[in-house]
Amino acid sequence: MPWDLNSGNPVFVQIIEHLQDDIVLGIYKPGDKLPSVRDLATDAGVNPNTMQRALSTLESTGLVHSERTSGRFITEDNEMIIELKKSLVKVQVEQFINGMEKYGFTGNEILELVKQYVKK
Amino acid sequence: MSNLLEIQELSKTFDSVQALDDVTLSIKSGHIIGLLGPNGSGKTTLIKIICGLLQPTKGKVLVDGNPVGPKSKAIISYLPDKSYLNNNNTIESAIKTFKYFYDDFDESRASEMLSILNINPQHKLKTLSKGDREKVQLILVMSRRAKLYILDEPIAGVDPAARDSIIRTIINNCDPSVSVIIATHLIADVELVLDEAIFLQNGSIKLYQPVDTIRAEHGKSVDELFREVYKC
Repeated sequence: MPWDLNSGNPVFVQIIEHLQDDIVLGIYKPGDKLPSVRDLATDAGVNPNTMQRALSTLESTGLVHSERTSGRFITEDNEMIIELKKSLVKVQVEQFINGMEKYGFTGNEILELVKQYVKK
Repeated sequence: MSNLLEIQELSKTFDSVQALDDVTLSIKSGHIIGLLGPNGSGKTTLIKIICGLLQPTKGKVLVDGNPVGPKSKAIISYLPDKSYLNNNNTIESAIKTFKYFYDDFDESRASEMLSILNINPQHKLKTLSKGDREKVQLILVMSRRAKLYILDEPIAGVDPAARDSIIRTIINNCDPSVSVIIATHLIADVELVLDEAIFLQNGSIKLYQPVDTIRAEHGKSVDELFREVYKC
């Protein structure tokens, strides 16, 4: 996916979100090798230190692990990727519900609207 | 580890104008720093003092532990905001000039970057578009194996696509032993490559923080914060 890093959030947080999406969407498959920090940084147009920080954070969650000399790899733990997917979906749903509530819709009305939309 | 650049209580006055007022800052190796501020905030004056082109009225500058002089100049690669290359020369001969002047000039690095950016070294400088000229100058400056790169408005006159390629050139050449200072007011274009941002205002440092701290604390991009701080 193209990098789209422009919001007011810290850049390394946006990179983490982007890489998580790539993993969940299967652009990077379990066990895949990640490009080098420099290549990723050049590709995203970001500072290599920022990319490094994002990757280290992903490593500390276990989603990515590094082999001393051969580089960084995506976890082979499918369970973990499914959990990540669930948590990302939860964020989407929360955002959607919050937005709908802002427009004054309540729980059942929202459900009804979603049903209608899905039927179409 | 000692700092790559150490500036202490630096002031500069031109006649009655106070261009820099008591600037103190230190910069470590391995960082890309944005020197940001509106026109006339003192960016170029500060850079010229670091490069030894202007004398400070007061204060001290140390580059890798050395005062400004031959030793500091040997490890600083400086891109001025104006062109100083001979227009009648070809890019090739500009490269030869750089090789002659600078021991740390890496010719292979220059040729590689020229080919990546699709520039023919046989062309004369005066035949180049403004964007290509700026790219050539940046390539020459970035091809030195210096410790501190100081770029004064490296992307001012070029289109957005050329800006991206210039920024990629900067990222590609930076490793943990060097630092890059980029002076610009085009913040949105450079902010993703910055580690830290220095905001200058009327010759003083208004803010000096890691870029991600700025984003986390203010919930804004550096560009948005800049527009707020310098709102007229």
